[in-house]
Amino acid sequence: MALASVLSGECADFSLDFRQPFGHNCGPGQSGAECDAAPGDSVSFSVKNPMLAGDDDGVERKIEFLHGTTTLAFKFEHGVIVAVDSRATAGSYIASQTVKKVIEINPYLLGTMAGGAADCSFWERLLARQCRIYELRNKERISVAAASKLLANMVYQYKGMGLSMGTMVCGWDKRGPASCTGCCLKMGSLSTCQLIDEVEGAAVGLHHTPLRRQDSAWLYYVDSEGNRVCGDLFAVGSGSMYAYGVMDSGLRQDLTVDEACELGRRAIYQATFRDAYSGGQVNLYHVHSGGWTRISQEDVLMLHQKYRDQA
Amino acid sequence: MFVSQNFGESGKMKEYHYAGPTEHRFSPYAFNGGTVLAVAGEDFAIVASDTRLSEGYSIHSRDSPKCYKLTDTTVLGCSGFHGDCLTLTKIIDARLKMYKHSNNKTMTSGAIAAMLSTILYSRRFFPYYVYNIIGGLDEQGKGAVYSFDPVGSYQRDTYKAGGSASAMLQPLLDNQIGFKNMEGVEHVPLTKDKAVQLVKDVFVSAAERDVYTGDALRICIVTKEGIEEQNIPLRKD
Repeated sequence: MALASVLSGECADFSLDFRQPFGHNCGPGQSGAECDAAPGDSVSFSVKNPMLAGDDDGVERKIEFLHGTTTLAFKFEHGVIVAVDSRATAGSYIASQTVKKVIEINPYLLGTMAGGAADCSFWERLLARQCRIYELRNKERISVAAASKLLANMVYQYKGMGLSMGTMVCGWDKRGPASCTGCCLKMGSLSTCQLIDEVEGAAVGLHHTPLRRQDSAWLYYVDSEGNRVCGDLFAVGSGSMYAYGVMDSGLRQDLTVDEACELGRRAIYQATFRDAYSGGQVNLYHVHSGGWTRISQEDVLMLHQKYRDQA
Repeated sequence: MFVSQNFGESGKMKEYHYAGPTEHRFSPYAFNGGTVLAVAGEDFAIVASDTRLSEGYSIHSRDSPKCYKLTDTTVLGCSGFHGDCLTLTKIIDARLKMYKHSNNKTMTSGAIAAMLSTILYSRRFFPYYVYNIIGGLDEQGKGAVYSFDPVGSYQRDTYKAGGSASAMLQPLLDNQIGFKNMEGVEHVPLTKDKAVQLVKDVFVSAAERDVYTGDALRICIVTKEGIEEQNIPLRKD
């Protein structure tokens, strides 16, 4: 498995029995030790599931509970806006208010983190390594679809073993949707056209021919359950519902960059206001044709003052 | 009202009720207590820990410091389960030597932090029950503190408290070093002497209110001249 092959080279002498967990049988059953997810409290962006009674560190989470954080990303005319909070909790203790939940995989790819802090940062760091290897082997940048698929496939091997990760992979690449002759406009909506193109056209009676490929922004949601979906708008975490409310009411395709940034910032702020497990600072990134740019980092306390004075 | 309390894993208390036959399972972990603290300054770093080693209601040792010198510019503080602390430090020492032999240079603090993260994550499904904090100097000679969780998530901080009294110490550090929740206060940079004094005061407070913290305080001060150690007695009760 991916984990063993990355680490076994260095840890060969020291992890003797415990390479078994990475094989087919979960946990070192032979040695009789437990296979718990974490002793006591490990830092996470997740909230313990109160519905699993008497289960402090349950590996098996039958009922999927939300990750304790708020991260969001949405596409608009000029690229993708990515906004995250910065709180990490260990149970009900706030372990840190200054966590970086956006991982800069490379200058044109970003990954967000929600769920187990170590899981997210480890696997996304591994993804960065895989993306670099791809670049070296193929002499071209990896596409966002491929990068997100690499990540999804890596964690799928550990499905059911207790990894907790909900991430969005955002980037810009040249495999954008084709622009078509316009016959789709006859069908009524451009979105139908894009949908057909995403499933590679072939299945649904080619009624249009692609003219040229454009650069485009891409946004994928990948999680430790094995989900991988492409979309225009995602919010992940315990504060996601609050963020969705703000984003959905303010989102238009023709937003300017500043308006879009402010929308993302406001959505995270409102989520931190109402969700106890989100807080700290709002980190904002913008992904565009030249890669990603860090827009701002603002403390939620300051934003509170600002919005109160504005109102 | 006197309530008898049992200890479950990680030192959390469980209420004792007579609930009929209970199943006793072997737990590979124990909680040995201890608090660790690290502060980074402009050109120094301080790593401090108490020296009490406990288990349940007993004290195994009053002289078991939790600071481990890794290199001339890096000190590691680890608390939690003492068995895993010992093994982890042995593994880190071995890896440091391997790096030195392969690369002909000493590992920097940042590199040690990144390595520790992967060492901890390699045991993701049977974790080292250790709360680590690394304090040292970075390549530019500035103080650096890296704090970890048991499975390897880490970040660079200015100050961090870990271990059994961490929840009591961290807010005090937030206020005194981070100047959080203080209005109209000048942000004076921390001098080495002031930092050492603060660390002593903070541990004295921790020993007052946390049963697992006490006996003595070991402070390691890392500067470019080397690592200076101080021992200060704390409450023994």
